[in-house]
Order: sequence, then C-alpha cells, then structure tokens
Amino acid sequence: MTHCEPESGGVIAPGALHVALVGSPNAGKTTIFNALTGLRAKTANYPGVTVTRREGVMHVDGRSVVLVDLPGTYGLDAISPDEQIVSDALAGEIEGVAAPDAIVMVVDATTLHRSLLFVGELLRLGRPACLIVTMIDEVVARGGSVDIDALSRAVGIPVVSVVGHRGIGMDEVRQLLAHPDEWVVPVVAPPADAAGRSAWVTSVLVGAYVAPGRDRRSRRIDAVLLHPVWGVLVFAAVMLTFFQAIFTVAAPAIDWLDSLFAWMGDQVHAHLAGRPGDFIADGAIAGVGGVVVFLPQIALLFLILTFLDSVGYLARAAFLADRVMGRFGLEGRSFVSMLSSFACAIPGIMSTRTIPSERRRIATMMAAPLMTCSARLPVFTLLISGFVHDRSLFGPFRTQGLALFGLYVLGALSGLLYAGVLHLTALTGTAAPVILELPPYRWPTLKAVAYQTWEGAWSFLRKAGTIILGSSLVLWVLLNVPVATPPAGSTEQAATAYKLEHSAAGYIGRGMEPLFAPLGFEWRTNVALLGSLSAREVFVSTLAMTTAAENEDSLPDRLRELRRDDGSLVYDAETVAALLVFFVYALQCMSTVAVLRRETNSWRWPMIAFSSMFVLAYVGALVARTVVHVLH
Amino acid sequence: MRLSEVPVGGSGVVRNVAAGNHGQGRRLEDLGVISGTTVRVERRAPMGDPTIYEVRNALLAIRRHDAELVDVELCQTAAGAADDAL
Repeated sequence: MTHCEPESGGVIAPGALHVALVGSPNAGKTTIFNALTGLRAKTANYPGVTVTRREGVMHVDGRSVVLVDLPGTYGLDAISPDEQIVSDALAGEIEGVAAPDAIVMVVDATTLHRSLLFVGELLRLGRPACLIVTMIDEVVARGGSVDIDALSRAVGIPVVSVVGHRGIGMDEVRQLLAHPDEWVVPVVAPPADAAGRSAWVTSVLVGAYVAPGRDRRSRRIDAVLLHPVWGVLVFAAVMLTFFQAIFTVAAPAIDWLDSLFAWMGDQVHAHLAGRPGDFIADGAIAGVGGVVVFLPQIALLFLILTFLDSVGYLARAAFLADRVMGRFGLEGRSFVSMLSSFACAIPGIMSTRTIPSERRRIATMMAAPLMTCSARLPVFTLLISGFVHDRSLFGPFRTQGLALFGLYVLGALSGLLYAGVLHLTALTGTAAPVILELPPYRWPTLKAVAYQTWEGAWSFLRKAGTIILGSSLVLWVLLNVPVATPPAGSTEQAATAYKLEHSAAGYIGRGMEPLFAPLGFEWRTNVALLGSLSAREVFVSTLAMTTAAENEDSLPDRLRELRRDDGSLVYDAETVAALLVFFVYALQCMSTVAVLRRETNSWRWPMIAFSSMFVLAYVGALVARTVVHVLH
Repeated sequence: MRLSEVPVGGSGVVRNVAAGNHGQGRRLEDLGVISGTTVRVERRAPMGDPTIYEVRNALLAIRRHDAELVDVELCQTAAGAADDAL
C-alpha cells in the first residue's frame, strides 16, 4: 500500500491512516476539518482536473491521520467536476492518490433525511465509515430531536454529535479517527435505487429522529430579502455598500502600504548604491509593492464575501440574479464570481469551483477578466483626472465620476455578452441542472470568517511573491539594459529619458509602433502597455518612467503637455479614449492567464481569452478613437 | 401535474422523476426529490424563475426547466396557503 509509505517532509509517520471527509455543502465539513487539523492544511490540485484538494494531518494516540477534505457534494453520481473527484477519490481511481482507509461523513441534522440518502450511497462502497452529525442545537431549538445512540444502532456505524464552532464532540471524533479498524460495519448495505434508499432512510430514522419544525426565522427574513420589491432594493443596497466599502474603506490602508513600500525602496537606495540597489528597489520592491498595496482591498473583499456567504445571503443573491444570468448562458452562482472579479479576477475565477456545470463554469471564468478589477482603477483614474474636464452634469453627478461609472458598466455588459457569445459558439457539452440550496440564515463564528479571509489574502500574497516578482524583475532589466550614454550636458531627466529610449524596452516599444500606431499609441505608451502585462497598474508607474524627461509636473500634467517630434500632442482626446477602452477589454494580466490555465487545466481557454480580448480591445479602441474624432 | 405548474403555497407528492438529458433527474433525487416525498412551493424569484421549493426541511431553488421533470399529485393546500400569507 503506497499511501502507507512515509511522505516527503517527514511529517507523516509510516502507517499513517488516510481518512476522507465527505458531506454536502453547508453541512459544516470545513469547520470540522479546520478544528481537527488546525491551520496546517495543504492545498493542491488533483492531477488532470480543476478541483482543489485540501489535506491536513492530525496526531492522536501516537498515530498520524491524514485527513482529505473532499469537495461538498450531494451524491456520487458524477454530473459536476466536484462530484467526479469525490467518487474517483473514494474509489481510489485517481492516479497517485490512494483510496482512503476510512470515510468520515458529515451531515446537517436539520436536513437529516436528505443527508442520509447520500450516506446510504456511501455505505454501499463497503469501506469503514462513521458519521458526524452537526447542527443538532438548531434541530432542538426548532422542536426536533436526534437520538445519537439509536441512530448509530439503526445505521450500523459509529455516530458522533458535534457542535463544530464550540468544539463540542471533537475529542470523541479524534479518538474515533485513530482506530477505524474497530468501527462497526453495517450488516446489510442500503438499497441502490433512490426510492429504496429513501425507504431505508425512513426506517432508520424511526425512533431516532424527530424532524425540526419549519425554520420560521429564515422564512421571515426571506419574506423581505426575496420580496419582488424590497428584496431587489436590499440587493441593490448590498451591492452598493460592497463597492463603496471596497473602494473607500480600504483606501487609507492602501495609502499606508504605498508609503511603506516607498520607504523600503528609499532605504535600499540609501544603503545599497548603484545597480544592485536599483534592481532591488525599483525592480523587486516597486514591482511587488505595486500589487501588494491592493492587499487591504482584497482582504476586505474576502471578508465581505465570506460573511455574506456564511450568513446565507450569497445563495439568495444567486437566486435573485439567476434569471438574468441565465440569458447569457450563466447561472446565479456566476454572479457571485463576477462580483468578486471587480476586486480581482483571480479570486473571482477561483470561486467558480462551486458551479457544478463545467460549461457554465468556463463561461463564468472567461467573463471574469472583463469585470473592472481594482488594478484598472489607477489607470482609469490617471487618464480621467488628467483628460476629462470635471464639471457637474446634474446635481452631484459629475463628468469624471460618470466617465468612470461608464467604464465599469461597459466592462460588466461586455463580460455578460462575451459569456453569451461563448455559450452559443465555443462551449460544448451538456449543462448540469441549476439547483441551489438556500441554507438557513446562520451567524458565522468570527474564527471561521477570519480563517477564510486569511486563506484568500494569503493566496493573493503568494501570487505577488512569485509571478509578479518575476515579471517585475524582467521588466526592470529590459528598461535598464543596455546602458546607453546620453549626450553630454543633458539634464538628469533628459539623460534618464535617453537611456530609457535606448534600452531593450525602448526598442521593443518602437518595434510595437506599427501595430499600435492606428490607435495613436507611440513607444512610451507601448512600453507601459508591455509593463502592464505583469499587472495593469504597472502601466502608471512605467508611464511615469518613460515620460520622465519633459518636466517635473505631475504625471497628468506631463501627459497633457507631451508632444511628438512633429509638435503634435501625444495624448490627444482620441488617444486617451482609445487607451481607456483598450484597458476595459485587454487581458493585460499574466496572473489571470496563469490562473485560467490552472483552473481549466488547459492552455486552450487562456489562449482564447487573451487573443479574443486583445482583438476586442484593439477594435474597441479604434471605434472609440473614431467616435471621439467625429464628435470633437 | 408537473411540479413547475404547482402554484406558490401549494404542495404535491412526487409520483415520478424523469431522468432528463443532463442527469438532472438524478441530481433532483440526490437532493431528496424522490417518489413519495412531499414538495411545497415556497416562492418564485422576482422575474418568475427559478422557484424555491421546500423538500424535507431544506429550501431548494430549481429552474423551471428542471422542475418540469418532476411529476406530482397536487395536495389540498388550505393549511399551506394560510401559512404562506405571513
């Protein structure tokens, strides 16, 4: 048995048990996994597929138990990638991943009948199994009851009751997990067909379970939150607060991080002179810092989304949005993913894992990069504040704000249409049914919310530490090699500009001119566009470097004054409009491409996304140029 | 009658679940929509689709297209309708 061999790292002792954790979404599986393994979970992808596997180790009675947290599912019949993984993992059919020695099933006591249908299916696998029942407190509060011993006798396996967030029952679970060889096994397997299994569940529950009364609290809340008028108003208010929070609450923290990275850069310059200092300060620190400054925003996004999800509102939001999303070949859960993409496409794309239909999942992932992410904001802010004349149109609505809002709407509508077009063309295969469970409204524990927020923020930081660090260093080298000798007597700024123009990046920028000349972009813009491939906001800092020569005005002023050799303005109205529209569409983000590659497990979709969005950006920029030219 | 045709506040006992061409029937059964089970129509989305059903204490939002696969026998709904008024 290969899985009993010691694994690399030496954490897992020989003879470690492999136990799979299985259960439906919302059953409290993740809370139990976290309580058993602490914060030591490892995540990795299953080979060949897009589903993440979480693994953690717990030590009990001198034994190591490797817990594998399988995705939440309702059954073993594979109609979604998640379910395929669960059934393959349990059957030991995944290459390099051995079948588990035992199965731990987690069920929500408030929906015990439904959950036991799945348990019956799992028991037919014939592996040692035990049952953890959660939410019994909720059943009791609603006038029901569960007799754990009677349930254990009736099902024929060990059963433990757990109140996950208070840790009650966890010691019992730990002891149980150490000795799966001692677990009792059912004498007869439950029937295979659904009706037979349902009858089996009914017989098991007689004398062991009094079903809770209807959840009146959730129904009263739903009467408002899902109301045709009030529900839609609350929905709009939640969305508005969401954006408001992401863009205003996080601002001071972003400024603080910005000055922290500036200070770090200065310190490096002060203590490490010459090229090595420049390389670390302007390459590594400025590059990574430019992205890490968005951490408060990303963390806040995860915090709000985790909270809305654990309270039970995201499922309701998906329910309200489902009809509209359906018109574009998407579903309610796509809405949630697209919402996350307004902060960053990467968490947005990762959140599509909850969408059971592979084709709707891909449509959602492909639309995500067109949502206006926070990295576009610095670019839009620079161009709008520099070139859109600020005046009031009516009341508090001003031209600059409306221009920004218009770009957001353009991106969101284009994303929906893009998904719709994919739905009608490139996407094949069947679409799994759209069935959303609306869990009872529950207050999440602070710990659970904090943990998930931390996990999201950490994965973002890890990305900044690898992909973005690498691309920043490459860009720095391109901007600084070869070192040209500026004409004698030129000012420091002119010398900087001269060096830049004759650097590798400068030559590349000039080489790109034939391609981008129709859009009005010249070499300085091209280099900045190239730089923005590592992260869109790098466009601003690169433009600051490439235009540094002319004068010491602020960047918007400098851009307004910048002239070509023939005396014409570099950034006329047409070019600015073209740039704005270009940034709405172009997939100028290698991290997103990498995540698309990882999540779809093929180069096909990232290639399609990158090339088609480039064409959209190019054509859109040409159209914007023409429209502005005609109107001007 | 089809589950999708049961009015809000009404309920029906499932008689048959068709397989569907994308495995929908199987998914519905996994979620407890099985022959003999009572399903109550709770609420429709503001634009009429999907609809929330109560199945064995769980609330499930199901699109009309998928709910059409479920054949039900309509129950007398006096008690259910009064309860739904809130």
